[in-house]
Amino acid sequence: MYKPIEIADGIYSVGCRDWDIRDFHGYSTYEGTTYNAFLLLGEKNILIDTVKEKFAEEMLSNISRIIDPKKIDVVISNHTEMDHSGAIPKVMEFIGKDKPLYCSKMGKKNLKSHFHRDFNFQVVGNGEQIKIGNRTFAFLETRMLHWPDSMFTYLVDDAILFSSDAFGQHYSGDKFFDDEIGDEIIPHARKYYANILLHFSPRVQALLKDVGKMNLKIDMICPDHGIIWRDNPSKIIEAYDTWSKQEPTKKVVVIFDSMWDSTTKMARSITSGIESEDVHVRLMNTRKWHRSDIMTEIIEAGAIVVGSPTLNNSIFPVIADVMTYIKGLRPQNKIAAAFGSYGWSGEAVKILNNEFSEMKLDIIDEGVKVQYVPEEKDLNKCFDLGVKIAKTLKEKLSKR
Amino acid sequence: MDKYECVCGYVYDPATGDPDNGIEPGTSFTDLPGDWVCPLCGATKDNFEKMDG
Repeated sequence: MYKPIEIADGIYSVGCRDWDIRDFHGYSTYEGTTYNAFLLLGEKNILIDTVKEKFAEEMLSNISRIIDPKKIDVVISNHTEMDHSGAIPKVMEFIGKDKPLYCSKMGKKNLKSHFHRDFNFQVVGNGEQIKIGNRTFAFLETRMLHWPDSMFTYLVDDAILFSSDAFGQHYSGDKFFDDEIGDEIIPHARKYYANILLHFSPRVQALLKDVGKMNLKIDMICPDHGIIWRDNPSKIIEAYDTWSKQEPTKKVVVIFDSMWDSTTKMARSITSGIESEDVHVRLMNTRKWHRSDIMTEIIEAGAIVVGSPTLNNSIFPVIADVMTYIKGLRPQNKIAAAFGSYGWSGEAVKILNNEFSEMKLDIIDEGVKVQYVPEEKDLNKCFDLGVKIAKTLKEKLSKR
Repeated sequence: MDKYECVCGYVYDPATGDPDNGIEPGTSFTDLPGDWVCPLCGATKDNFEKMDG
């Protein structure tokens, strides 16, 4: 619990900090997260989004430091995912089941599928502007950013954008605003983008263009996780523009796993080859790095190289985990190559190449496979593969 | 021709097709290739339902 913070005149952040969470549906959250909710006082008292169910009491207690929560007249749900909607049933029971609940068309459908009950749904359409009490809101449907129900609520009078999960970060601390934390927050925002939004990058580009055309004045962005962007909201908007363009940079990520260190040796030689061409490289052992951290490294990389031993005629299970994850997040504009040691059949490199092909990555080499333990000539081949990847990447970048 | 709605809310309208993914206007939903997916959420064709009217 923290003292509710007045973020603008009569507008309070009343959400909760989840200091302990370390695994957010398979995303590593080393610094926990927050579930942000916002209370707007006025002729009508409005609550925008809620928190995870287990934090419902804490949120109501936060609100009670400002007003009696029963005096909330309206709830707006920007996103159905349970870290933001989990407390809605409790809140509605508390304030009165007939109070209006504003959401998108898909929000109504999805809230019903979550809680299996009817609320007094007030469906708002894309671009719709309405007055609730003395405040004027505009709603922006942001379907698949990142769920079908996702929407933004824009408070016209104060130029505040309540952006749901977009522009969020899994970070929990004693700082609540961009000007308090500074650039320390950017890696958290990048990780959030890489793991939650990357596959919808074309939608992000389209949204940024639409918002640009609307000439929307944005003085503050309040996402549902992490800090509020009040000092320089354009900073995170510009970062989203960069990340969603998926422009390759002079950086290679080498991802691998190994059974008897043969694939490890190959990975190290490839890494040395890449470095010999003055290209940045990150070597990531999948049993030491969480998949969500690997993903964060990948978004700005120009190439990914994956090494897997062959186990039972297939790729190594931990590599399969990471590959499935990466594939779903659809990284684009990347060079790719595979490698791996094997005992007898050696299917891993071929399987990895098929995966790259389905991901529409640019496979620049058939890959290097070595039976059992690599000797010097094999490691030289790996070094050469690293050089080839680095050179190809530099050539590609020079043409852009 | 009938419009079809995806589970994510995207509506396939044969009148507009899906030009970004090589589907010409005038292509009925049933004539879409089997590997066509929702341009919004990536779901396969079996996630669509015919819309009323």
